[in-house]
Amino acid sequence: MALMLKNARVIDPQVDLDEVCDVLIRDGRVVEVGHDLQMPKGVERDLTGKILVPGLVDIHVHLRDPGQEQKEDITSGTRAAAHGGFTTVACMPNTTPTIDNAQIVEYVKSRAAEVGKCRVEVVGACTQGLRGETLSEMGDMARHGACAFTDDGRGVQDSGMMRRTMDYAKQFDRVVMSHCQDEGLVGAGQVNEGAASTRLGLLGWPAAGEEIQIGRDIAVCRLTGCPLHIQHLSTARGLDMVRAAKAEGLPVTCEVTPHHMFLCEDDITGAYDTSFKVNPPLRTREDCQALIEGVVDGTVDAIVTDHAPHCKFEKDREFELAPFGMTGIETSLGLVITNLVKKGVIDWNRLVELMAVNPRRIIRAERVAVEPGSVADFTVIDPDVQWTVRVEDFLSKAQNSAFIGTELVGRATDVYVGGYATMEEGAIVE
Amino acid sequence: MAFNHRHLIDLSEYSAEDITLILDIAERFREVNERRIKKVPTLKGYTVVNMFNEPSTRTRSSFEIAEKRLSCDTLNFGGSSTSTVKGESLLDTVRTLCSYKIDLIVVRDKHAGVPYQVAQASGVPVIDAGDGKHQHPTQALLDLYTMRKRFGAIEGLHVGIVGDIGHSRVCGSLIPALKTMGAEVTVIGPPTLMPAMPELLGADHVTSDFDAALPQLDVVYMLRIQRERLEGAPFPSLREYNLLFGLTREREKLMKPDAIVCHPGPLNRGVELDDYMADHLERSEILDQVYAGVLVRMASLYLLLGGTDHGVDA
Repeated sequence: MALMLKNARVIDPQVDLDEVCDVLIRDGRVVEVGHDLQMPKGVERDLTGKILVPGLVDIHVHLRDPGQEQKEDITSGTRAAAHGGFTTVACMPNTTPTIDNAQIVEYVKSRAAEVGKCRVEVVGACTQGLRGETLSEMGDMARHGACAFTDDGRGVQDSGMMRRTMDYAKQFDRVVMSHCQDEGLVGAGQVNEGAASTRLGLLGWPAAGEEIQIGRDIAVCRLTGCPLHIQHLSTARGLDMVRAAKAEGLPVTCEVTPHHMFLCEDDITGAYDTSFKVNPPLRTREDCQALIEGVVDGTVDAIVTDHAPHCKFEKDREFELAPFGMTGIETSLGLVITNLVKKGVIDWNRLVELMAVNPRRIIRAERVAVEPGSVADFTVIDPDVQWTVRVEDFLSKAQNSAFIGTELVGRATDVYVGGYATMEEGAIVE
Repeated sequence: MAFNHRHLIDLSEYSAEDITLILDIAERFREVNERRIKKVPTLKGYTVVNMFNEPSTRTRSSFEIAEKRLSCDTLNFGGSSTSTVKGESLLDTVRTLCSYKIDLIVVRDKHAGVPYQVAQASGVPVIDAGDGKHQHPTQALLDLYTMRKRFGAIEGLHVGIVGDIGHSRVCGSLIPALKTMGAEVTVIGPPTLMPAMPELLGADHVTSDFDAALPQLDVVYMLRIQRERLEGAPFPSLREYNLLFGLTREREKLMKPDAIVCHPGPLNRGVELDDYMADHLERSEILDQVYAGVLVRMASLYLLLGGTDHGVDA
């Protein structure tokens, strides 16, 4: 089975490519990249005016499966991912039961192979049940394909336990992803401590509650040598610590979300819209600016969504009782193009690094490049289409996005996974 | 004068003219409350729901008295009788109530923001009777009424609010309203009881030195200290709190001759103020505040249900 993708502007900084050319794919891999390629028989797609890049990867997604399928499941979550332009997602282990053993890793992978519209990599739990007490079977999970480890949603509270986790994990060539939240400092905090907490009369979630654990985990990284990945980093000072750790040569990476870059605490109004309730909370305008600077200067390695679907009824309630999190996988690319690429803050090469190249490295996935021999995972982007974020268009089961109604420019139109289209011209291929 | 508010939720949205109108109408309702028969037919036929989702004694009884004196029909709702204990969401309960074609909801809830959500879900006027640590607008109005009654005007007064500023919904409404009316505000308390950014509420001065601030104040507004939970408390003991921030007979010497004492209740005698100050005949306005509560609540109900500044005495 051959596939010819013609006339797209192909952008891949890994092979120093940015020009209009053709890509010939056979049996799921790239055969040839060049001009005026010929193909005896097969499917040909004309992508004039589009941009083709290595398939986008989101390494922080909650698929909620198993156990919380009312919010999302592997079918709906991967359809939403393809709709957002992603060829791979890495799903978080805070499911019911927790993904803390090889059987559940196998369940997710086999279910994704059966019904998924993108590749699903599984991040296993560091500790059993995310309780922070006993190590989970990371070795067995790694053998069954777990791509990294985290206690996302809670974080490993005890410093000794974090040291043991990282010491143990490093034998498997996997990063430990850290959700940084000191429970003692954060308590029942709801919004950023400062203007938002004062104005809204809500308990504060101080930046220090995140930074103290970023600092701790960098120290534990130095102590153990285990690669560390800071999840959903939200504060300027936290980013400075990562910058310093990188300068020191430590194996530290970090990720930021679109909502932490493009929304701030001032966006939470007296309407108490629970879509804006996320963890860590929306920070100050200065923090947003610092995160964007980190994206530009290379301190930030990956843009992720922390796609956190919840049922309408769960979010349609008292702010303090509503769960944390917003969806993101169907808005991420458009937000990044609109707010960063179109404004000239970053170029397309940098977008590809942040949303495809670096995320793959962090989860130890096979390199995907627009070069012969590579797996044919590609995302095709219409860079100029204008669209409005609408609830009716989401393929996720959930609607808890703070970006509903936002006008965006640019979105994915076609997605290829292993040479097969999962989305064509904006419609999921069934 | 035009009154253009549909709800009484965020007092910082009210102008000085709006607040003055409420206080003026409250003043006219005072006359009703001094009659032998303290009831007028002004709001006859209106149905008001009192939705108190957390315990309340004086706010709830004050609203009920105000409603009864205006001849409203009332439905009291909340506590263990709510369907929320059966698993229904608060907003679904509100939608259910609205099917009865009610006219206004008074809501008290321990969670910030609920009155706005109730307003959205119900489509009827809502009065916030206290939401979490956020706002308590009718409390602020009764405080303003009390201060104006005593001093003739609020503008130019220096009001010191003492105690748990950070967890106080009273402050969330009172400080912005005092600023709107032209008062100077000092917040006083240990740093552990301060919000992250008190200046954002409008406080002109923030201090932990009560004795230094006291001589400047016209109004000494004492907040209630939670004495229920002391484990992990923001101060070491009630004794030390009283030592540093209690308004005592000894500290009275530092007060201006005509300065008054206010307190939103319920009192913790011996903690934030002693018996002598609580019962001080010249200075304590505490029971006048309670009375003012009925008046400003009558005025608020009256204005939100479409009354004008005419016909108050009807």
